[in-house]
Amino acid sequence: MHDDEGFWKFFAYLNLFIFSMLLLVMGDNFLMLFFGWEGVGLCSYLLIGFWYTNKEYGKAARKAFIMNRIGDLGLLLGIFLIFKTFGTIGFADLFARMPGMQLEAGVVTMICILLFIGAMGKSAQIPLYTWLPDAMAGPTPVSALIHAATMVTAGVYLVARCNPLYSLSPDAMHFVALIGLVTSIFAAIIGLRQNDIKKVLAYSTVSQLGLMFVALGMGAYASAIFHVTTHAFFKALLFLAAGSVIHGMSGEQDIRNMGGLRKAMPVTFWVFLIGTFAISGFPFLSGFFSKDEIFAFTYAHGGKWWWGFAGLGALFTAIYMCRLLYVTFFGEFRGTAEQKHHLHESPAVMTVPLIVLAVLSVVGGFLNTPHFLHLGTPQWLAGWFGAVIPLNEMHLPESTEWSLMTFTTSLAVAIIAGLYFVYTRSGNLPVADNLQTGLTRVIANKFYVDEIYDFLFVKPVEKLSRLFHHYVDIQGIDGLVNGIGAGVRLLGAQARKLQNGNIEYYLLSMVVGLYCFC
Amino acid sequence: MSLLLILIPLISSVFLLLARPGAVRTIALVTTLANFAVSAFACMGFVGDGSFNHEFRLPWLAEAGITFRLGMDGVSLLMVLLTNLLAPLIVLSSYGKNFDNEPRYYGLVMLMLAALNGVFMALDGLVFYIFYELALIPIYFICAIWGGQDRIRTTLKFFIYTFVGSLFMLVSLLYVYLQTSLPAGTLAEAGATMHSFAWEDLVQVQLAPGAANWVITGFFLAFAVKMPVFPFHTWQPDTYTAAPTGGTMLLSGIMLKMGIYGLIRWMVPLAPEAMHTMAPVFILLAVIGIVYASIIAVKQSDLKRLIAYSSIAHVGLIAAGAMAWNKAGMQGSLIQMLNHGINVVGLFFIADLIERRLGTRTLADMGGIAKSAPKFATLFMIIMLGSVAVPLTNGFPGEFLLLNGVWNYNMWLGIVSGLTIIFGAVYMLRAYGLAVFGEANEATARFEDVSTREFVVLGVIAALVMVLGFFPGMVLNLTDGSVNRILGAVQF
Repeated sequence: MHDDEGFWKFFAYLNLFIFSMLLLVMGDNFLMLFFGWEGVGLCSYLLIGFWYTNKEYGKAARKAFIMNRIGDLGLLLGIFLIFKTFGTIGFADLFARMPGMQLEAGVVTMICILLFIGAMGKSAQIPLYTWLPDAMAGPTPVSALIHAATMVTAGVYLVARCNPLYSLSPDAMHFVALIGLVTSIFAAIIGLRQNDIKKVLAYSTVSQLGLMFVALGMGAYASAIFHVTTHAFFKALLFLAAGSVIHGMSGEQDIRNMGGLRKAMPVTFWVFLIGTFAISGFPFLSGFFSKDEIFAFTYAHGGKWWWGFAGLGALFTAIYMCRLLYVTFFGEFRGTAEQKHHLHESPAVMTVPLIVLAVLSVVGGFLNTPHFLHLGTPQWLAGWFGAVIPLNEMHLPESTEWSLMTFTTSLAVAIIAGLYFVYTRSGNLPVADNLQTGLTRVIANKFYVDEIYDFLFVKPVEKLSRLFHHYVDIQGIDGLVNGIGAGVRLLGAQARKLQNGNIEYYLLSMVVGLYCFC
Repeated sequence: MSLLLILIPLISSVFLLLARPGAVRTIALVTTLANFAVSAFACMGFVGDGSFNHEFRLPWLAEAGITFRLGMDGVSLLMVLLTNLLAPLIVLSSYGKNFDNEPRYYGLVMLMLAALNGVFMALDGLVFYIFYELALIPIYFICAIWGGQDRIRTTLKFFIYTFVGSLFMLVSLLYVYLQTSLPAGTLAEAGATMHSFAWEDLVQVQLAPGAANWVITGFFLAFAVKMPVFPFHTWQPDTYTAAPTGGTMLLSGIMLKMGIYGLIRWMVPLAPEAMHTMAPVFILLAVIGIVYASIIAVKQSDLKRLIAYSSIAHVGLIAAGAMAWNKAGMQGSLIQMLNHGINVVGLFFIADLIERRLGTRTLADMGGIAKSAPKFATLFMIIMLGSVAVPLTNGFPGEFLLLNGVWNYNMWLGIVSGLTIIFGAVYMLRAYGLAVFGEANEATARFEDVSTREFVVLGVIAALVMVLGFFPGMVLNLTDGSVNRILGAVQF
């Protein structure tokens, strides 16, 4: 990136982003939050489109901004409704006033859902998730910071921040959990068949965000924030490591052209491995604790089915992440000779942050360990949130918790181990696009959701635009206006005949007129 | 002081038109700057409780109850500030162009300013009407003489359209005037009653419900054409496109605000009895216009036309907010009148700069300007974001308040109006992306960056975009007292 023109601009945008993000999380009322909310959206637009000469990138940037704006409208209307209902938009004021008020359940649900529409846009949930994978057009550090660790979790923050409201509306909570669950599984399935290293991570982010919303919907607000934190560590790590890979591969992003990078890029390999294990829930890494907490909660509040489906998403997560790891770093090198020649480990300026993040990905889980493990820091993070977010209440026997944890963990470990033997053999490598068939092809094409949206929304609006312009505006309304003008002229032409300058004619009409009136 | 604001440009105009001196541009610029200084001076010691400051009275036709009377409350002052703030920028932005018969061009611009200032300060119904019509004359000539393709047809249509609209207003105004009755004055015969055109007297008239509907419709037709509100808008894209850019700026930046100002100062206060039945219709039209014009803007290929349609959408929201007649809507419409004026002038100047350099307004022929003209691209970006109403730019506070105002009036209309924040992003980002991003072509690779003079104009506008975005309170405080008084006095 250091050769890019406008390198300074990159940092200017990045600082503007940090400003906006801080505004978002530190604002003490909804308006401030909204300032930051749209501000980060703007920075995201600017940074996705950073390489502005590429038209596709520009489109991706625009798509991100517009999809976010759709969500923003929901958030804005939610803020209006809050103001109308409570007469305030300050967090402290609002939550202090709430207990004493008689509230209609419908209004609260409406508020919660409107706010959640905002969260859907920002945190890339169905149906507004399609911008996030495209957002990978931006420079990789941007993907790591904005589109994995911070901005996209703003939706989770919003819902957690408004937990007193959500707690009043079981319907809204169900809605949040359901959207989160569906997104989590759907995105994970798509992730199974992506071959762009960043796209896999992007769908993984969408899926993990979905999991956080499941946690929120189950009332485990602190667990959701805990997962935000650990996710930030390992997902930023994975993205930056992916950036290191792309750097080492001279810009190549397709994992089908990689392979065997383990030897050439040892540091990147090891940190990527840690990231993969952490996200898959390998015991005692950060993801293990935060995910486990969410699963336990889902089991306690939602029952078996919710737990099972959430677990399915996690299962897929472990699968695509291991696939990514093994295909990229194991086996034979499959790139061009030139790429092979250039292949190198990244300089310290890139690897040191990776190592820091790797350490955090390993130990980050100890911020909030479950009680029954007796690890010295039980529920520390949740306790820290105590004043704003009520402590997670969970009533499960310890033995159930143990068995749940053992089950998910052994499954994760089994996948990590099992897939090693699948994806390190060349026969099982992902195939070229034109060789894909059936379901694989549908998944690789992301279920054609972009095409469906194009057909349902973009094309009709464009058609409507032309229709309004040519037929309604120019021919219809303006035609009518011109018609009136022409009519007046026609009338004038007829009336002109009366004034023909013929005295006899005037005299005649005078006589006729007199006769008529007398 | 009020009189001065009209006299300075008027004298300058007469001088330019008749004496035809050299250094025309300088004279024009100095005039506008002087006027800006006077209007800034008028802010000092301004009493913001909603009463009229700087009143000027001159008995004119006392027998008929007509007084030449000017004055400013917060609303007027804001409009006057807008007019005189934009005037130097508009003059300066015309500098780079060589007009045939320059003294006439700038003379007409000065005349236009005098009339506009008059419209915003007039406190007598007839004086208002006279200034309102007077403003039409210079802009007609500006467009008809220095316009582009098809200017005669387009301009004539514009003239007739707005003129006919104004006649309906005149009828309404006269009707209300005839309903006023004052105690016999010195000049009137004993026992006779006198009529008056004074704003206060007109406001006091109680109209019968049926008559009120006609009166308000007359006013609405005049103002709806001027703004323009759907479906009275079809003159606008053609005129904005055909007019010379200075004229387009005057029309879009200032002149259309005459319509919205008219709604707030004259239409609703004079016939509040009819608002209950008519406001839903008017607001519905305005809201339809927002969505309709936004959708059309999405696929426009001509940059100027795109801005024209976006302006219809924005003005629709301002009008809807004003007619919702609540505090948020009114405050929003006032602050947005100022900010829309600033942004639209900036955008039209940008379109003009591109046209001057590339000889085209077609978006498909542009692209890659960011590379050859980074300063231009950055300034364009800031102004564009103001128009998209990103928070911390000047477009946001107004849009926020307006949407809240419309939403308070009717939730569903509020939601439909809210689509503007989505469509606004769609068409503006598309235009910006096509013009500035992407690969450069042969012409755009040689795109010259802004000159010092152009930089001053765009820089001032961009600075205003940010300053007014950060501190909307400056504007809101100015108008707060007046808004409270207007809303308090006129209820329905």
